[in-house]
Amino acid sequence: MPPEKTPTQGKVYPGSPEAVADIPDGAVILLGGFGGVGVPENLLVAMADHPARELTVVTNHAGFGERGLAVLLRQGKVRKLICSYAFHRSAFVFREIYMAGKIELEQIPQGTMAERMRAAGAGIPAFYTPTGAGTQAAESKEIRTIGGRETLLEYALGGDFAIIKAHRADHLGNLVYRGTAANFNPVMATAARITIAEVEEIVMPGEIAPEGVHTPSVYVDRVVRGEDLELRSET
Amino acid sequence: MSSDPKLSAAALSPEEIARRVAREIPDRSVVNLGIGIPTQVANHVALGREVMFMAENGILGSGPRPAPGEEDKDLINASREPVTAVPGASVFGHADAFAMIRGGHVDIAVLGALQVSAAGDLANWTVPGAGKGGIGGAMDLAVGAREVYAIMTHLMKDGGLKLLEECTYPLTARGVVKKLFTDIAFIEFGPEGPLLREAAPGLTPDDIQRVSAPKLILPGPVGTYAAEG
Repeated sequence: MPPEKTPTQGKVYPGSPEAVADIPDGAVILLGGFGGVGVPENLLVAMADHPARELTVVTNHAGFGERGLAVLLRQGKVRKLICSYAFHRSAFVFREIYMAGKIELEQIPQGTMAERMRAAGAGIPAFYTPTGAGTQAAESKEIRTIGGRETLLEYALGGDFAIIKAHRADHLGNLVYRGTAANFNPVMATAARITIAEVEEIVMPGEIAPEGVHTPSVYVDRVVRGEDLELRSET
Repeated sequence: MSSDPKLSAAALSPEEIARRVAREIPDRSVVNLGIGIPTQVANHVALGREVMFMAENGILGSGPRPAPGEEDKDLINASREPVTAVPGASVFGHADAFAMIRGGHVDIAVLGALQVSAAGDLANWTVPGAGKGGIGGAMDLAVGAREVYAIMTHLMKDGGLKLLEECTYPLTARGVVKKLFTDIAFIEFGPEGPLLREAAPGLTPDDIQRVSAPKLILPGPVGTYAAEG
């Protein structure tokens, strides 16, 4: 990449280790990605080398294979996982430590998970939804009938750090996603105190047209460029 | 199908079930397909019918699987399979995808089922016991889609019933199944209960009733349940 396309000012960090260096023990981390697509692979590798423990991780599923999130799980750094799909056959590392009683699990409907983060990002403390009414997802929830329909009270779900992946950023932190690689990344960007975005390409401000911005810069605090580590190809 | 040779001989194959379900989908519908046989339904809906397939990981207008070597690493469906985007497709994040689902903008969700009850309750995300399955988007789709089509074999491998008075597995949603397609019958759910619409060739309504716990209502002549109409 030519030097003029790698600005070090603004929100651009020199590398993934620097971008995650201040994540403390006990942090709540919103981790982007779905089905191995749109996963901030380089930031996950940096987290494996970073000492923070007792983490709560919010992400769609409990990891695939032995790499990515599975490394953090294996290292015993995650105290609690909040996800929509826990026991995929490829999440065998999570299954092992869950069965050993070494991690707490909160499994929630995928749309409720997304909406709880949207609410956090939009300043909505809680909302009612019919999703999950009459099921295990309703356990210990406030239930209210609205318009003749049973609904559950769901609280906003925010994080201390969002660790997300986008295709392109400018050095102000405007983000563009590709294909179905947006998934949870844009909503997580809005729901954390500090959002760290890994991208494939960093361009100068103005190179992304205003109407082409998917996540506006206000939601993004740090940007790092990462290589495709093909962690998804393992499973 | 079960050890009952009459039922086994009459049962439709997964592909035949997918073809029958594809026929049921109205033109110009927006449809979400669950994992398993539901995914196969897309293979049998002709392009000219203007059916749009959406997936909860953020695509409206998901097309056929790309040729080997033509896959785009950033374009998958909710089953993690590579897909293409049809002309007129759009992509978006999870918040938008589930607003679409939960807001009633998806016409039909075709979901695999483990059990269905007389009232149309759906159980499809896990079986009793720790460490099995996942909720994923099933609870949102079951509640949010305007109609839910469920697909399952009529019986368990050991012959146990799956169309029950009340589900015994953890529920996905209550009273949502509109149409149930098994390997031997098509059953529709009305306010009065399950209506037997079609039975596989060679089977009588009594044959279907014998392997169904709730009383099946016969609203009229029972049609032939087959891939082609």
